[in-house]
This record gives sequence, C-alpha cells and structure tokens, in this order.
Amino acid sequence: MKFTPNPPAVVEAMLNDIGLKNLDDLFTDINEDLKQKHQQEFVKNGLSEIEIREHMKKLAGRNSNVDDYPTFLGAGAYDHYIPAVIEQIMWRSEFYTAYTPYQAEISQGILQAIFEYQTLICNLTGMDVSNASMYDGGSALAEACKLASMHTKRRKILVPETVHPEYMEVLKTYGISGIMEIVPVPCNEGTYSADTFISMIDKETAAAIVQQPNFFGNLEEVTKIEEAIHQNKGLLIMAVDPISLAVLKAPGDLGADIAVGEGQSLGNSLSFGGPYLGFFAATNKLMRKIPGRIVGQTLDTRGQRAFVLTLQAREQHIRREKANSNICSNQALNALAASIYLVAVGSKGLKEIAVRSHQLAHFAEVQLKKQGVELLYNKPYFREFAVKMDDPAFMNHKLLENGMIGGYELPGAMLLAFTEKRTRAEIERLAFVLGGLEND
Amino acid sequence: MTKLIFEKHIAEANTFELPPLEVPEVGLSETVPEHLLRENATVIPEVSEVELIRHYTELSNRAYGVDNGFYPLGSCTMKYNPKINEWASRLPGFAQIHPYQPRETVQGAMQILYELGKMLGEITGMDHFTLQPAAGAHGEMAGVMMIKAYHNKRGDFKRTKMMVPDSAHGTNPATANVVGFDVIEIKSNDRGLVDLDDLKAKMSDEVAGLMLTNPNTLGLFEEEIQEIAAVVHEGGGLLYYDGANLNAIMGICRPGDMGFDVIHLNLHKTFATPHGGGGPGSGPVGIKDFLADFLPKPIVIKKGDSYSFDYDRPDSIGRVKNFYGNFGVIVKAYTYIMAVGSEGLKDACQQAVLNANYLRYHLQKKYHIPFDRLCKHEFVITARNQMESNHVATLDIAKRLMDYGYHPPTVYFPLIVKEAMMIEPTETESRERLDSFIAAMDEIAREVRENTQIVLDAPHTTVIGRVDEVTAARSPIVKWEE
Repeated sequence: MKFTPNPPAVVEAMLNDIGLKNLDDLFTDINEDLKQKHQQEFVKNGLSEIEIREHMKKLAGRNSNVDDYPTFLGAGAYDHYIPAVIEQIMWRSEFYTAYTPYQAEISQGILQAIFEYQTLICNLTGMDVSNASMYDGGSALAEACKLASMHTKRRKILVPETVHPEYMEVLKTYGISGIMEIVPVPCNEGTYSADTFISMIDKETAAAIVQQPNFFGNLEEVTKIEEAIHQNKGLLIMAVDPISLAVLKAPGDLGADIAVGEGQSLGNSLSFGGPYLGFFAATNKLMRKIPGRIVGQTLDTRGQRAFVLTLQAREQHIRREKANSNICSNQALNALAASIYLVAVGSKGLKEIAVRSHQLAHFAEVQLKKQGVELLYNKPYFREFAVKMDDPAFMNHKLLENGMIGGYELPGAMLLAFTEKRTRAEIERLAFVLGGLEND
Repeated sequence: MTKLIFEKHIAEANTFELPPLEVPEVGLSETVPEHLLRENATVIPEVSEVELIRHYTELSNRAYGVDNGFYPLGSCTMKYNPKINEWASRLPGFAQIHPYQPRETVQGAMQILYELGKMLGEITGMDHFTLQPAAGAHGEMAGVMMIKAYHNKRGDFKRTKMMVPDSAHGTNPATANVVGFDVIEIKSNDRGLVDLDDLKAKMSDEVAGLMLTNPNTLGLFEEEIQEIAAVVHEGGGLLYYDGANLNAIMGICRPGDMGFDVIHLNLHKTFATPHGGGGPGSGPVGIKDFLADFLPKPIVIKKGDSYSFDYDRPDSIGRVKNFYGNFGVIVKAYTYIMAVGSEGLKDACQQAVLNANYLRYHLQKKYHIPFDRLCKHEFVITARNQMESNHVATLDIAKRLMDYGYHPPTVYFPLIVKEAMMIEPTETESRERLDSFIAAMDEIAREVRENTQIVLDAPHTTVIGRVDEVTAARSPIVKWEE
C-alpha cells in the first residue's frame, strides 16, 4: 500500500518546477558514504490491504481475548464494561487525527473536552486542579514524587511495599535523576502498619505515598499518615483507583496534596497494557508546579468564553532546561474516553459499578472459602483480594482449560479482581476449579 | 457558545443500568469500615445518551485534524493516518487482552513487539529497541538515563553535563535536566548547523554526550555529522539522536551509521499513528550493542517459535512505565510498516522532502527564508518582510491561515530564528493541496500590504476569535464551578 498521493508524472513535474532532475537530487547534502547501499529486506514492497488484514487477523487470533475468556485479572488494569458510546466518539477523526491544541481558535472542541476532563477528575478526587493527563498511573506517581522533592527541597520519598510493584520500579528508575531517594516502608500483613510508617517520617521526608486500595486490593488507614506527614511539612501523595472513588473517601477529603492514579478502568480497553492514562490532580497551592498541560478558561476578542492551554511557563517548550518535567505528548485521547465514560455512567452508575464489583468480590470470597480456598490476608478490601495457592501458575493453566483467564500470580498466592462484568456462574466455576474440583 | 457538559445536567436524565444482581446483596458498610467510605457523591453531570453523543459530536466539529485538511506543523509530521491501522488496533485479539495474561495466550501480541523492534532496528541502524516509552519525551528520558547509567557503570561520575544545540526541541534540554544533567548549549553557525568549533571547545571529560536532531529543526541536514560524532566519541561522550525528524531520511540513511549511540523515535510522527489531540504517542528507544544491558526491562526475547519477557537484567535502568508500552499505538505502527514495506518508507521520505522543497521554492517569493537552500522534510520561513513593511507578525499570519481553512505551521520555533514559521507538509499532501496553500500564503502577503487590518484581526471564520492568554494565566480558571 502507498499513502503518497502524487503519481510519478506529478512528481516529475514538481521536480522540474523546482529545477531538480530526480529524487536523488533532494539528498545531495548527505554524504555518499552515509547513504544506504540496499533497502531493508523485511516486507520490501509492502502488502495490499487484503493481505495486511489477513496478516493482522492471524496475529490477533494468536491471543486469547477477555471477550472470549472471562478474566479475574486486575493488578492495575481492570476489565470494566466500556459503553458503546465511547467507541463511536473515539472514531471521530477530528479528535484522533488532531495535534495538541496549541492553536486555540481552531481547537476549541479539544480544549473544552480537556477542561471538562480536568473538572471531572477534580470532582472525583476532591482536589482543586487537574492536568490534562500523563502517560499512566506509574509515571504520574513518579512525577508527583519529583514535584514533592522540588517543592519541599527534600529527597526522601516513603513508599509502602503494598504499592504496585511496577509503580515502585518506575519510581526507582525516575530516581536516577538524583532528585529523590525512594525508601520502601516494610509491610507484611497486606497493608502497612501505621506505626512503622509514622516512625519513618521525619523532617527530611518530602512525601509519603499511600495507594488506596493498595496493590493487594486491601484498604489502608490514611488519617494517621496524613497527620504525621503534614506535621513534618511533607506532602501526602495518594495513588487511587478511579472506580473505587465512587465509594471510598476522596484524596481531597483525606488531606492529600496530590492525587494520581491509573485511569484505564474509565472506559479504556485493556490493550495489553496501553495506551492508558495517568491522572494527576493537586491542591491550588501546587498549581504552578504541576507537570504537563493544563487548559484554562478565558475570553476571546469577541467576549465569548474560550479555552486555551495555560500556565505554559511551567512547560518544556518555554522553560527548556529549567523545566521540572519534560512531558510533552500526553494521553489526550484516553482522557477523552475517560470523560465520556464518566458522563455515560453518571454519578449513580459509577457507584453501582463500584458496589457491584465489590459485591461480586465478596460473593467470590464466600464461594472460594466454601471450596477450602483461604484468603491470604484478612483485611478489608475493595474489588480485589489475594488467596493462598501453592502453585498459582498451574491453577491458571487449569482455569485456562476451563475457558477462563485466572488471576495475577503472587508467590504462593493469586490475586483475583472482580468487575461488574463477571457473572455468578463464572465466579462459581472459578471457585470450583481453584478448590481443586474439575468442572465440566 | 457551546455549553459545557456540566451545564447540560438534568437530574435523572442518565439511564445507565447494570444487569440484575445475581448474588446475595451485602451492604457496603458490612465489608468496608465506615470511616473509609465516601460521604458525598461524586459530581458527574447527568445527560441522556443522545445528548451525550450530540455534545461530543459538537465538540468534534470544533476540532481540526489531519482528516479535516492540511496540517503543516513543523517537527510534528502530521501525515495521514491510514485507516487500516485503526482497524487493526481495535481487533479484540489486541484491544481486549490483559497485560498479565499467561504468556501462551498473548503470543501474537508479543510477536508484534518483537518484530517491530527488529524492523525499527533495521530502519535506523540500531542493534536493539525498547518499545516501553509512551511518547517522544518519555523515550528521550529513557535514552538519556541509559547514557547516565553507562557512565556510572564505568565509574565515570564526572560527566554531569549534556550538550544540546540552541536549535533543539524544548524537550531535549528539559530531558537532560530531569535526568540530572547540567545543560551546555552549542551554538549554530551561519549556515544553521552545529558550530563545530563551539562543540570542540565545549567537549570535555565532564560531558556525558550530545543530543542532536538530524536534520535539525531548520530542516537542514547536519552535513558534518561524522566529524561531530568523532568529537563527541573521542571526548568519551555518547551521541543521542532525537528521532522527531526521522521522516526526512528514512530509507536514505540511518542514524546508526552516522555514529549515534542512542535514539528515540516517535511512532506518532514517522510511522503514521495519529496524535489523538495530544496523545497517545509512542517513543521507542534504540541503542547500540554496548548499551544493551541498560535497556528498560522487561525485553521481549524469542526462543524457537515462542516469545517471552526477560526480566533478569541487573544493569537495566528499570521501568519507565507500567507494562510494555502503548501497545495499541505499536500495533498501528507495525501495521503501517507492513503495509508500505521498506520501499514504501523510502518513498514516503522522498515525497516528504520533495513536498517541503516545492513549498520552500514557491514561498520564498513572498516570504523571507533565513536558510534558503535544499531542505529536508521541513523548513523555516519568517514574517520579516511583513514585519518591516506593515508590522504584521508571524502570529497574525498564522491566525489568518485559519480563515483560509489551514492549520497554522509551528510558530516562533526554532528560537534562533525571529518570527519563525516552521513548515512541514509531509508526504501525504498532493500537489493541488500544496498549490492552494501557496496561493493562500501569497494572498495573505498581499493582504498584509493592502488590507492589513484583516490580517491583524484574524481569525474571522473560526468559532472563537483570538483568546486572552494573559488573563488565563494570571487568574487561572482550570475547572468548571457552579
């Protein structure tokens, strides 16, 4: 296939027009010895659309998808239902083929959509100000920690071991800058101990991180940490699950300075781990230090309400080597999907989804216990919990044979997540198989 | 004026529902401690499904994408996004797979990760690729982190500085800073290229490397790239390639052959995946063999016919994001490369460079071009003539272009050129489109002389006029409040 619209005769005419003989004349500024001697061997001439369809269908067919195989995987990416309206809007190519809305007059639709997204994220998290999105939950958390270090001029970031292990890895990677030092808070019973956590908070601490619910689905006690970190003039950063915010206390109500999280479950498909979106919201006090793009409301020359990228003095294209973050492209289209999702389900629907997911998890807990499967931790959880399992990989294999994609494998345990999509029959089948009973 | 979605709220208008509950009902407060529960409901406007669809359709009508028309944004490579790519990425076998599924159930996805890495390696002359970074700037960060890890591993802790040309994209110096380097700016010479003498003078054993875009942001190929590479390498530094402008040389020559050690690509520029109104992008990073140990983990490996993730990489810089990258974007880029083939990539590059030179040749008649010679995929013109004759600035011309139905070029960049307009037509524009753009630019040049006010007051046909950016920044309103 080719997507270049000028046929050879036109190309020749254009070359003549500008006084060149052939296409090679366009590259005389490149040393001959640098030029490629031969073209790459892979798909030399490309494929026709019919061939490429077949090829891609074959590759896609080598994957088992969660539409065909009900899944109990969560661990940071969740199989919540995606209303049909989202896909329809995602196909609007005025949205998906647009660039960043630097030119406000021609980009009001995108700017307004981001402004609405920012408002929805603020309402969900109880924070004052949200940016236009970041790459994902992990990198949003890393940027939050960086902000905390710069704001407090301190290096120590306390991160409980109950935070998602991949978030922890991303934090450590971002730590190479030298601006922050990641200090793990030891945890052993599936949540942190507030006493241990508090004992580690001191005048050198830039931020305390709390993930709610944590990686194991368990609920952490936030209030004491909030008091301790603020007494020491550090920041409280919460990494939260957006669906859970329909029922759990918002970071803003818990005194968080920054709230971040993985926004995938808001209407974005699982897509093997991306593209998702990280949301990032903070208190007004931190507004001018937030990384990434922010849309603001203003007026145009005709006196109409208008939207525009604002507070750009923070950003890399203005501040260059003095910028605190280098982020440029974000996950705008995913943020749009998140907005549409929230409006499609509404406040009541979001709460129903959260409650239903949690009720199905509770039902699963009872069914699993009936089959002799024990919980790994006996802690309050939301939507997701871990069960003890000698050989989780083997059990996942068994589940696959039974037409299901199981849970996340932990050492000697399995983490199981439940969404409103799961049915009673699927959960009963899960319990049978994990209980060692084959189900036919 | 378009109402905000919040202003369309009607109580109980939302009719979303779940299937009937099949399991015994248990109150939330029976399983979750009361003090952790939210007391106030989240505030989401209630609108009916039809009004939701109309709202976002209306917003889309107030946006402008490549599918709407010509989008000559310099350094952004706004080429056409083939629809077959979109179709492919939405196949359930790609869109509906969880990142933690058993590896045997995602072999097709892993094959794409593996093969795209290999193909990008061949295209760029690099030995290995990671597809983990989510965008160009994210790739830059991963790449510069690898440079830091390399020097650290050698015990060479003195190298705390990163060299960046004054014509560089803003992300380059910002990236160097966030990874913990001090930035040294390298001057451009009177030909718009890296000043080799300045580079030599500033290279030292405290310099970790040089970040370079080639062709640079003026659209000019760094003709002395081999000498530049030698200076940096002999001084013990590494050479970083910002791949934002790869479309200009793809299939003609390769960064790996020029001496670059680390490069990032923008799949959402060169490889035809859409920009999404600001993202998602994808920023794969390629490196030479000697840096392989530092790649972000995991990497995909192939044994026989099966693919797996290798996490056992002790010298890896670690992860830069969760999971494996923006997979949906990766599928689109893979589809694009398979569709056009290596000959098609070269053709894309040639046509992009031809289109740029065609525009440059015709625009020079009315506009000042600071470096008026053979360019690659983009070039820079200025409003100098219009400024001198009628005090009309680049911004005015950019806004006036909207009235003619075009998205403006990148403006006021690169910083080393006053009143810059950076124009990148890409290969997917026909001669007819280019001719009408030239006609519009000529017409605006005429208006500047004969009807100045119409240009100064532009745009006239857009849904809003020019915005008050100063007030927006001084008294920020960043969310809707009743």
